[in-house]
Amino acid sequence: MKGKVWKYGDNINTDVLFPGKYTYTLMSPEEMAKHALEDLDPDFASQVKPGDVIVAGRNFGCGSSREQAAACLKAAGVQAVVARSFARIYYRNAINLGLPVIQCPEAVDVLEKGDEIEVDLAAGEIRSSKGNFSFPPFPDSVIGILKAGGLIAYTREKLKEKGVL
Amino acid sequence: MGQTLSEKILSRKVGRQVKANEVVTVSPDYILSHDNSAAIIQEFKEIGLKKVAAPEKIVIVLDHVVPAASEKHALNHKIIREFVEEQKIPHFFDIDAGVCHQVFSEQGFALPGLLIVGSDSHTTTYGAFGAMAIGIGRTETASIWATDEIWLRVPETIKFVLKGKLQLGVMSKDVILRLIGDVGAEGANYKAVEFSGEASSSLSIDSRMVMTNMAAEMGAKNGYFEPDDLCLDWLKNRAKKEFEIIHSDPDAHYEAIYEYDLSNLEPQVACPHSVDNVKPVTEVAGTIFHQALLGTCTNGRLEDLEIAVKILEGKKISRRIRMLVLPASKEVYLEALKRGWLAILYEAGAVILNPGCGPCLGAHMGILAPGEVALSTANRNFKGRMGSRDSAIYLASPATLAASALEGKIVDPRSYL
Repeated sequence: MKGKVWKYGDNINTDVLFPGKYTYTLMSPEEMAKHALEDLDPDFASQVKPGDVIVAGRNFGCGSSREQAAACLKAAGVQAVVARSFARIYYRNAINLGLPVIQCPEAVDVLEKGDEIEVDLAAGEIRSSKGNFSFPPFPDSVIGILKAGGLIAYTREKLKEKGVL
Repeated sequence: MGQTLSEKILSRKVGRQVKANEVVTVSPDYILSHDNSAAIIQEFKEIGLKKVAAPEKIVIVLDHVVPAASEKHALNHKIIREFVEEQKIPHFFDIDAGVCHQVFSEQGFALPGLLIVGSDSHTTTYGAFGAMAIGIGRTETASIWATDEIWLRVPETIKFVLKGKLQLGVMSKDVILRLIGDVGAEGANYKAVEFSGEASSSLSIDSRMVMTNMAAEMGAKNGYFEPDDLCLDWLKNRAKKEFEIIHSDPDAHYEAIYEYDLSNLEPQVACPHSVDNVKPVTEVAGTIFHQALLGTCTNGRLEDLEIAVKILEGKKISRRIRMLVLPASKEVYLEALKRGWLAILYEAGAVILNPGCGPCLGAHMGILAPGEVALSTANRNFKGRMGSRDSAIYLASPATLAASALEGKIVDPRSYL
């Protein structure tokens, strides 16, 4: 799936990704998506299209462990987040909720807002109007979690395959 | 190229050599959770499974709000007790036990070479015994209960080589605060942190646990000391199962190595509102505060109570402040009781609370009013954590806390010992 790049800087924290004041009031993914990044980029939520990709600097997702900070981007249709680095808890939360997070500083160096981009998870490649960049492909288990749409669904599938469920 | 302790532990788990940055799927040795088990139980039930995969690996300690402060908390505890019964989970510790990280260690689950995960960020504490211990989320914990598996990225490692001898009145809390202040709150993000050097080996087990506990505050995935004789002695008569001691290879790859000479280290204080906002105590001396909290999973052990007793014995704390003492566990509480230490602290004007987490996270007892300031031996000073959003927290060692409690303002403890 092709999309456009949204470019941001370093230390994009969980408060600007999804404000704390909404964490116990907005529960549906659609509602969460409407407030994604609103304190950083008021245009994002209204203009983001399915397949778009966030490209950012260091320590993306630092701060709180709130899972909504990843859930709101996924609900907004974001295909993946590409960054120089991710805060540890965000990285896990994102994958466990089915949002691909890719560490690829080379792509961050070059890509700018509005560039056309496509992420091929199986091949470990980012293809863009500015060139192609490779990243170490995810192992099958992580691909499985992403394809299922998150860890709980993946776990359910896996247990069904094993005949446990 | 040799391997670090973390690379080795994960290699043994998957049965092949792995190195930093690979992602592996592994089965942990133990899975810790606390009062948040009620939320995890709900997610576990959403998966649809009737039975947890490995009940003997699950360790649950009720500690965050104990005894229950409200009907809602009481219901949470009830749901957990019923689940423990229904699933036949053997390792359950009710409200009398203490803070999960202290209880887990004292009960001999934290062992060299083990892979331990816990739905609490300070699970890193167990690295004091040479385990690889990692904090995770609730969703993941529910999934591990169901599958006995977790995916992990093999971390790079940062090594802190500590040399020299700490001055009297300077504690391992001061060391870890200084390191966090230097590398920053993201300084070890997603990485393992190894504490080594002659000064590390000379630290007591209590002191080591302070540092691995707070490795989480520099973003670390896990932090550890390599097991030595002191560690093995401590584990004698405690270890719940057989274990294998694992060390980093001499030619292991470290992403960075920092050397510190501790001989000249002053007591340190983390100022509001972030743990990496660290200053020498002399720079913040004179700061007024209203409540002193001695305890928590960071500094509620015997060594911490002992130094406070040395400073406060036969004296009274300032009338301007109130002081809470929160021993980390039943074992610590009982020993302090037998040694007469709790009486000394109570006489000095402190309130002795039952072991638990409550005040540290503003969940139970000792809540701060707007405009109030706390001096605490805990590990986090985020805005509003201990109560009102308009309150503030300074973090320091038990020595700094006790001396400051006498004066009703922050002071350098070195002249009080």
